[in-house]
Amino acid sequence: MVKLRRTMMYVTGNNPANVMDAHLYGSDSIMFDLEDSVSIKEKDSARFLVYNALKTMDYGGVETVVRINGLDTPFGRADLEAMVRAKPDIIRLPKAEKAEDVIEVDNIISEIEKNIGMEVGTTKMMAAVESPLGVINAYDIAKASKRLVAIAIGAEDFVTNMKTTRSPEGVELLLARSQLVLAARAAGIYALDTVYSNIKNDEGFIDEVKLIKQLGFDGKSVIHPRQIGLTHKIYTPTEKEINNAMRVVDAINEAEEKGSGVIALDGKMIDGPIVDRAYRVLELAKAAGVYMEDEQND
Amino acid sequence: MEIKKVGVAGTVESSDINIVIEPSNELGINIYLQSAVMKQFGRQIKNVIEETLKNEGVENAVVRAVDKGAIDFVIKARTLTALYRAIDSNDYTWGE
Repeated sequence: MVKLRRTMMYVTGNNPANVMDAHLYGSDSIMFDLEDSVSIKEKDSARFLVYNALKTMDYGGVETVVRINGLDTPFGRADLEAMVRAKPDIIRLPKAEKAEDVIEVDNIISEIEKNIGMEVGTTKMMAAVESPLGVINAYDIAKASKRLVAIAIGAEDFVTNMKTTRSPEGVELLLARSQLVLAARAAGIYALDTVYSNIKNDEGFIDEVKLIKQLGFDGKSVIHPRQIGLTHKIYTPTEKEINNAMRVVDAINEAEEKGSGVIALDGKMIDGPIVDRAYRVLELAKAAGVYMEDEQND
Repeated sequence: MEIKKVGVAGTVESSDINIVIEPSNELGINIYLQSAVMKQFGRQIKNVIEETLKNEGVENAVVRAVDKGAIDFVIKARTLTALYRAIDSNDYTWGE
């Protein structure tokens, strides 16, 4: 079944209540942060807390991600030493600017995996792109390691570097977002969007999720439980979309049985991309639990 | 492992525990705990602190802890943070 990454909820790595409860709100992934949300003086305590949480807690199958500090800080290497051993599903590298940034982390993870007798490659990675250089190098970054399952855009640093600010329409991010999705698709990995910081503005949040879904993103980073349901609603195929997809799949199956080449549905030609999209809708619906395979032939 | 200065970690927010580890002239690990759930969990909290310190080779220490409903892994994490601050080291051996 296709892996859903519609929502990745940020969890401050030094907050015990959040670290304990993060998986209970229904996001597809939870990301324990050792980086920006943890002050310089508490890096050690967040590392101990997240390490012991991952060693102890049962997160009920929710994908676990840890955002480490960059290797250009005094904390990055120590974060990796602890976190590879704590075995989250994914280690997220912040502020990737070039392929070498990813390769460097990949190599250190491999070294640690070897040291502890873990199969090399077990630990997956994500890279966040947060600067103009990172956006320009997005494709090189996206294909820099076999461990990479996703790339994400971090908008706050990016817009600052671009000498602008975030607007409700997001025009300042359009190129960066598009480039990121292009890179992810070309590399065959997931693309995740940045956070929306105003947790009280549901309307603005919904508009942004609709925009990034239309651009092709697989999901969004969220900072509050209330943003999870709003995102999932937009990312879950509607009944109409599911019915249409089922009709396309039925039509293609029927055409294959009859051995006919070109097929039409409601007077429109059905070609490869339409069939692929129909399967994608059904896969997403299945993963979201709103469609069962058996329904197809009912 | 000898403790030479005071190490502090954790907060007094809900689900957390504040731990202060101090050098001690007396033998053993002496824990002074305040907790709203002292009657039910006091022994357990002290056991986690003591076991965590003993696993790190600490024999003598004074620990002052203010618990706000922390569960075991939080107590362990805060104890380790306070201890490594007290000995001024980052050299913790992460288990596999």
